Amino acid sequence: MFLLEVKNVSKGFGPKGKRTEVLEDITLEIEQGEFVAIIGYSGAGKTTLMSLFAGLIKPDSGSIKLNGKDMNGPGPDRGIVFQNYSLLPWLTVYENISLAVDQVFPQWTPERRREHIEKQIAMVNLTPARNKIPRELSGGMRQRVSVARALALKPDILLLDEPLSALDALTRANLQDEINRICQEEKKTVILITNNPDEAILLADRVIPLTAGPRATLGPSIPVTIPRPRSRALINESYDFKTMRNEVIDYLLMATDKRKVAMSKKLVLPDLLPEDLNEPRSLISAKRRPRRRSEQRRETVEVTI
Amino acid sequence: MNESIIKKTDWLILPVVGIAVCILIWSLIAGKEVRKETLDDFGDKVTKVQRVGVSADLPSPAETWDKSKPYILDPFAKRGELDQGILNFTWLSLKLVAQGYLIALLVGTPIGFFLGLSKTFSKMFDPIFQVLRPVSPLAWLPLGMVLFLGAKLTIPGLGVTYSASDLAAIFTIAICSMWPTVLNTAVGVRAIPQDYLNVAKVLRLSKTKTLFKVLLPATLPYMFTGFRLSLGIAWLVIVAAEMLTGKPGVGGFLWQQYNALSYAHIILCILTIGIVGFVLDRLMSLVEAQFKTA
Repeated sequence: MFLLEVKNVSKGFGPKGKRTEVLEDITLEIEQGEFVAIIGYSGAGKTTLMSLFAGLIKPDSGSIKLNGKDMNGPGPDRGIVFQNYSLLPWLTVYENISLAVDQVFPQWTPERRREHIEKQIAMVNLTPARNKIPRELSGGMRQRVSVARALALKPDILLLDEPLSALDALTRANLQDEINRICQEEKKTVILITNNPDEAILLADRVIPLTAGPRATLGPSIPVTIPRPRSRALINESYDFKTMRNEVIDYLLMATDKRKVAMSKKLVLPDLLPEDLNEPRSLISAKRRPRRRSEQRRETVEVTI
Repeated sequence: MNESIIKKTDWLILPVVGIAVCILIWSLIAGKEVRKETLDDFGDKVTKVQRVGVSADLPSPAETWDKSKPYILDPFAKRGELDQGILNFTWLSLKLVAQGYLIALLVGTPIGFFLGLSKTFSKMFDPIFQVLRPVSPLAWLPLGMVLFLGAKLTIPGLGVTYSASDLAAIFTIAICSMWPTVLNTAVGVRAIPQDYLNVAKVLRLSKTKTLFKVLLPATLPYMFTGFRLSLGIAWLVIVAAEMLTGKPGVGGFLWQQYNALSYAHIILCILTIGIVGFVLDRLMSLVEAQFKTA
């Protein structure tokens, strides 16, 4: 049995007539412990796809099953890390995580909850910043809090929605390594949505391209065969890595090209010429007026050179 | 060196200069007393006092100070119901404002939440609110009088009795100062980022928990902006309310002194109202700053 089973899911937005189909015929199966990266163009519907997995929106057709059961709204069994962190700005790091933990594990003793929260904060190396509010943290630190909060719920599956795309390149690399470490330690099932092929290949067991929208759909999955632990330095040299990256990019480009269809269209230029401003304007003899192209005739005009 | 001293004392010198300029203009247009000695028909000396000037009856700054002294220097005196020290009057007015303002907050905040949360509610009542909002306190007060005609409310524990005019004044203050709170709260609720609501949904927070843990804290900055504006309006309304009901307070005193042709005290009242309003606004903005998030 698969952990997450998505079958023929479609989703569109807008009223009838103006409707745009964002996603079409999405089918995906994810096994326990797998790390899957979905890569696609910006605006292709990646966030819509993630919201579907999270249960924040319902598919128009098709089914999504988690642990063999139909998904029914959002819930803490799926930990989500949003692109824009979604931390509550009036709560400290500790309080943000404790809001989640207190809600999801009310049966635990307060002592156990506190320990659990501290452990999560320590895991993302934020113990010194535990009493700071999000405003006082850098983008990378905020995102780490967001990851810690998602993992604190002990979710069956971790959904990462472009978690690193708002960060600068260096922080991004650091956090990629950290996510890699945490996911290997915790043996979590993860879906990562990204627009960066390098990131996808570095982190995932399997990369799935999402074609450009509208009517975006998932392409064939490309398994990443590079053995773990993957080092950022070595991977850049690796031949496998380059082939894989080309494969992903080629697929995405090709899928876009396929949509381009040659079409012939008759183009008609307007038949009107501008009026001749040298002619005096007069009401009686309508000499100055817009002329039709068909009225055009050759005239000899004297010009002084 | 010289320049830096000027820069450092800017905050003090410039406002003082500004005030001095205003007082100068005031003294220029204010009237002056001119004594004329003439002989009457019987050959006796008679002193005639006449006021001359651009605005003959406007008291000059010196006269204003002179006549206001008993009210300012003895601010807590109580010589009669409508002859009290200026701080006594201020205290009376503030008490009345506080009651109306409190009601405005208690009623306005939930209405604002409903407006922000429910599209149906908003469509139903927003037009009414938009129509009622610009109505002047002078128009509300008579309605309040009619509403509470003959009413008498006694709160047993405190031994406070509210007459019809008290209730009308409180009603007017409440209904006039409610709107900024209502509208700002509604805007604040609508402006809550979807992300915060998603967090609540993912955690499956209950409705009450979502309200107190997410909606309320996220709206607080907007709410306090509304509260501050409301307080300004409540203080603005007090004069009108006291004038029409004849209650003792800064506004009532102002109106009485106008009728008593004691113009210097009008200026005293205006300055008091202005300064108290300013202080209230400062205090509220200090509170507001405490609740700014993100």
